[in-house]
Amino acid sequence: MLRPLLSLLLGFTLLLGVAVPLGMTFVAGAVMPGQAGGSLIRRDGQVVGSALIGQNFSDDRFFQGRPSATSAAPYDATSSAASQLGPTSAALLTAVTERVAGGRDVPADAATASGSGLDPHISPENARAQVPRVATARSLPPARVLALVEQAVEGRELGLFGEPRVNVLRLNLALEVQSQAVAQGTPGGAAPVPR
Amino acid sequence: MTIIGWVQIALVLGCALLLAVPVGQWLAALANGRLGALAGVDNAVLRAAGVDPARGQGWQAYLMAMLAFHAAGFVLLYAMLRLQGVLPLNPQGFDGIPPYLAFNTAVSFITNTNWQAYSGEAAMSHFSQMAGLAVQNFLSAASGIALAFAVIRAFAAGGVKQLGNFWADISRVTLWLLLPGAIIAGFLFIAMGVPQTLEASATATTLGGAEQVIPFGPVAFQLAIKHFGTNGGGFFGVNSLHPFEGPSALATSLQIILQVVIPFGLCLTFGRIVGDRRQGVALLAVMVGFVLVATLGIYAAEAGGNPLHIAAGVSPLQGNMEGKDLRFGQALAALFTATTTGASCGAVNAMIDSFTPLGGMVPLFLIQLGEVLPGGVGSGLYGILIFALLAVFVAGLMVGRTPEYLGKKVQAREVKLAMLAVLVLPAVILGLTATSLVLPVAIASLQDAGPHGLSEMLYAYTSAAGNNGSAFGGLTADTPWLNVTLAIAMVLGRFAFVIPVLAIAGSLAAKPRTPEGPGTLPTHGPLFIGLLAGVILILGGLQYLPSLALGPIAEHVSMIAGTTF
Repeated sequence: MLRPLLSLLLGFTLLLGVAVPLGMTFVAGAVMPGQAGGSLIRRDGQVVGSALIGQNFSDDRFFQGRPSATSAAPYDATSSAASQLGPTSAALLTAVTERVAGGRDVPADAATASGSGLDPHISPENARAQVPRVATARSLPPARVLALVEQAVEGRELGLFGEPRVNVLRLNLALEVQSQAVAQGTPGGAAPVPR
Repeated sequence: MTIIGWVQIALVLGCALLLAVPVGQWLAALANGRLGALAGVDNAVLRAAGVDPARGQGWQAYLMAMLAFHAAGFVLLYAMLRLQGVLPLNPQGFDGIPPYLAFNTAVSFITNTNWQAYSGEAAMSHFSQMAGLAVQNFLSAASGIALAFAVIRAFAAGGVKQLGNFWADISRVTLWLLLPGAIIAGFLFIAMGVPQTLEASATATTLGGAEQVIPFGPVAFQLAIKHFGTNGGGFFGVNSLHPFEGPSALATSLQIILQVVIPFGLCLTFGRIVGDRRQGVALLAVMVGFVLVATLGIYAAEAGGNPLHIAAGVSPLQGNMEGKDLRFGQALAALFTATTTGASCGAVNAMIDSFTPLGGMVPLFLIQLGEVLPGGVGSGLYGILIFALLAVFVAGLMVGRTPEYLGKKVQAREVKLAMLAVLVLPAVILGLTATSLVLPVAIASLQDAGPHGLSEMLYAYTSAAGNNGSAFGGLTADTPWLNVTLAIAMVLGRFAFVIPVLAIAGSLAAKPRTPEGPGTLPTHGPLFIGLLAGVILILGGLQYLPSLALGPIAEHVSMIAGTTF
């Protein structure tokens, strides 16, 4: 019994734990380096984030992501976390009430913390509700900011799976391009949202 | 609930069922050792390992081989975790895992539970993830399937002592099913955005000017086997909710398919090998029926939203979004949660702790029903066969005939052993939950007050004993008391269940298969499907109703009354 036990345990550890994952890493790095390397987004050669990982936007000049419950600071990618608060939690109700801030029919994704703490998306309704604030802070015409939002709305995958959503980082990148264009006096319509 | 939501559910479940047909067929070939073109390589591998596949083992020898294999796996994994600091591929510079946590984690991964009292990106080196945890994902899954093979053979054969060869079974399942499946799924996941790299992290300068450290690693391959082997242990702390572990609705759909395809397929394998495919279809029908009802329950509860929050001004349109990410949607979150808890996987794409009370009760109850709907790879099939034996026994009592299943007489010894197996789960779950709820050292781990706190504790022991691994995550699980008692629950849930199961297999294998008579209860029609579902609900579920009334049901009533804690 000892020989099959040890040969299978150690042999499989080497095969499944070392050889195959290393081989897969190598092939993935050669064939799909973008995805395998974390879908990083670069601007002027500098990494500004990952298309898949939300980041903390607190400035009024940016569209803001969902509330994040990561512990040290919001959107701390080194420790993904949810609030884990239960449905009858008083602490949760207080937090939700604060985020709603007296509003009515506030989109749920704006009032509740995401499960990962790193949700890169908000709902289109949530994004539209932020247009007046962002437009004022940037002195841009609200219609132009709204056009950026509509352009950034991603439909359901394959037209069917998941939910329509807006990637906050990509929208904010497009917004920056738009603001720069206006500042340079070349407002040539809505800038494309980077994919 | 929306129509498009139900279309998503139907398509994903339909794909899983379609794929289960070839997977079930291939599993039957593996169980029979008919490997076709692979036979040469397979023989060479087994010979090199000193295994003669033709040498069958009786039930005790099969059991001993399995126990010894996992004991050795435990020692290896425990050592790797403790020594993490000095082992290679540790770009993060993590220290060794402390003893209690390493003990809990090693037990968790050898029992196919994958309960996680740690957060992957903050504690585990690439080496621990790849060569430690992911390897046990493969081996614990292969071992479950091997046991299912042994039990299937016991029903198919007559008058034999041997149940097959454990070493040949785990080697074949690993090499010729789990590994190729995980490689294909791994590359699909990478294409969808799941990282597979040896680097530890990237540092971004955000638009707001802050620095954001984004950790990743060799995620995709581990993710693939985590679902294909119904293991459930995430690379990251938030599991398949992490955008790197569940980057899209399509990725989450593929994960759902992966985590049910083997448990579904094994039903068909069973039908093929016992020579009556309708028998397998009947078991599958029970599993799919429960999955659909559970999905409906979760979907309805979660899409309805939290009335307390709606009253505070939140729009009810999106449903309850606390603890959920936006990209999956309520329908796929519901189907994922029903299948991950029904299938003993334990990965999550939505935080169950923040579900509405009834939405959270469904996954809890699914695990309590014995992890047979459809259950883990292998364990689901041998689990539901135990319930099938009890169902024919109950039917036999009603009409006063000796019960039989597939021509095997079910007698006192088998029924006693089956009841012993079925009683392990409630004894462990209710015993340890009740003990913990009176111990200050355990209660200190609860995050939520009121009935929800009871649910957190009940869910933890349910998940551990059911070898599921999902959690009401508010519980602070990394304490000596919980690390040790949850590990005990995992060991009993896996191995104390398996011993009577293999003993039953041994005694059934020795019995001849008698031909059907006029008084035989057909075990493939709607009557039996209904009977089996009823036995699972009553024998598997009834003993938990008082605890459910004190936890989720009391919380639901409080919520309707507007009470918070």
